[in-house]
Amino acid sequence: MSGDNEDTQTADETTLDEKAPEVQDKVISPEKAEEAKLKARYPNLGNKPGGSDLLRKRLQKGQKYFDSGDYNMAKAKIKNKQLPTAAPEKTEITGDHIPTPQDLPQRKPSLVASKLAG
Amino acid sequence: TLELTVRASPTGPGGDMQWCFSQVKGAIDDDVAEADIISTVEFNHTGELLATGDKGGRVVIFQQEIENKSQPQFRSEYNVYSTFQSHEPEFDYLKSLEIEEKINKIRWLPQKNAAQFLLSTNDKTIKLWKISERDKRPEGYNLKEEDGRYKDPNTITSLRVPVLIPMDLMVEASPRRVFANAHTYHINSISVNSDNETYLSADDLRINLWHLEITDRSFNIVDIKPANMEELTEVITAAEFHPHQCNTFVYSSSKGTIRLCDMRASALCDKHSKLFEEPEDPSNRSFFSEIISSISDVKFSHNGRYMMTRDYLSVKIWDLNMENRPVETYQVHEYLRSKLCSLYENDCIFDKFECCWNGNDSVVMTGSYNNFFRMFDRGHRRDVTLEASRENSKPMQVLKPRKVCAGGKRKKDEISVDSLDFNKKILHTAWHPQDNIIAVATTNNLYIFQDKVN
Repeated sequence: MSGDNEDTQTADETTLDEKAPEVQDKVISPEKAEEAKLKARYPNLGNKPGGSDLLRKRLQKGQKYFDSGDYNMAKAKIKNKQLPTAAPEKTEITGDHIPTPQDLPQRKPSLVASKLAG
Repeated sequence: TLELTVRASPTGPGGDMQWCFSQVKGAIDDDVAEADIISTVEFNHTGELLATGDKGGRVVIFQQEIENKSQPQFRSEYNVYSTFQSHEPEFDYLKSLEIEEKINKIRWLPQKNAAQFLLSTNDKTIKLWKISERDKRPEGYNLKEEDGRYKDPNTITSLRVPVLIPMDLMVEASPRRVFANAHTYHINSISVNSDNETYLSADDLRINLWHLEITDRSFNIVDIKPANMEELTEVITAAEFHPHQCNTFVYSSSKGTIRLCDMRASALCDKHSKLFEEPEDPSNRSFFSEIISSISDVKFSHNGRYMMTRDYLSVKIWDLNMENRPVETYQVHEYLRSKLCSLYENDCIFDKFECCWNGNDSVVMTGSYNNFFRMFDRGHRRDVTLEASRENSKPMQVLKPRKVCAGGKRKKDEISVDSLDFNKKILHTAWHPQDNIIAVATTNNLYIFQDKVN
């Protein structure tokens, strides 16, 4: 609510910015209190959580970045040295890190029958 | 919206329903292999068959064996009927994309002949499976021995007619159709049309219409992909055909809206016929508002007059004739509203709970955490919280209602919010189409409960 609107507001409307801070605390919903907690822990959190970033992460599920060309060229360059290993958080790796075949989990079909059928 | 304050009823919804343990399927050990995580549960149209799909791409079908129905307290047991590997993990080399074998949804086709048919889907491919019984085998071939070896034709001196002799029942599952390469994004829903000829499949941004007989093409009927992906604001979360009107379907979004579309209006149903959205108080808006309003499931009522949606904290019933607000709202676990910060950090806020109707649309059910599940009796305005656990698994043991204490003094038998196990989620539940029999999936076990007086 900007200052311009103050004179057109009716008596019924609550103006949070006019309340004393102590009273304001009591009015905060549990959801807003949780939001404040989250923002305190992650100050760099964007203001549009439901927007592009979150949705794009959802759409990218399953994306693996292993390029055999990159891998072999890197191996050739570095020769005896070790390739940089993967960070523990392996979900969206691009850029500096060159994935190795060991980084990608083995995907084998389930050869065992479901335990529900046991 | 009519916010119904429901009174917890010790005798359960309807007053006369008492839920009892019937069966539990799956391993007892706590060490759960990822492949064993149940990802979908679905009764067929008669309720005789119950299918489950798991993260390992396997389908298990149970069949109801009806014991003495004339007895007053007859128990119908579900036993394994068929099990098969529906999907396998794949790797799309062109897109560098790993495709999980997890079965996202199973939908049964209404039975037309002796065989049963179901559609099962993972993120990218839908398959039509035929499940048929074989209880006879041929014997007495002229040219073959019993073990299959071919006879020397010179030794054959007479002809006979082979006969069919009875054999032990064998249930075979065979893939009859594979509907592939039509989805760029991940499939979240499939729905068979009431015309029994077509079905829809929905991914995050598009919905396709298929003919059950044709696998090499499908029609795109909804496309919400923006020209510039930077402008993406919402995705499709679920879709379903109307149970009777073959031209009507709905799809829900991550922003809490539901769009009803009429396929007669145009080939591409980007323009909805109806938009269902509950107005939000902007002063209540928080960082979490959009995330918790995302609809994880949408289901039409059997009578086709209502639809139910599930978002993170509630279940809403909508009258198809009223777009501006739901007619009923039920709080599933409102006490979690003051835990949203931790639920965001541990990703639980993104859990996708499903919901279901009972046969006559009078009661709705959905899952929660700590292996709790909730039932809301619409008519009697009663609700109950029950638990699926091995501790309450004595045959025909009546389930005791559970209560979560949100704060303040915890009564005896109540459980405090902080003691809830958020790893024990009930995401998938199903209700028998006619009887009071329910299937509830915990992480890797399938529980079957029955009403005492069925």
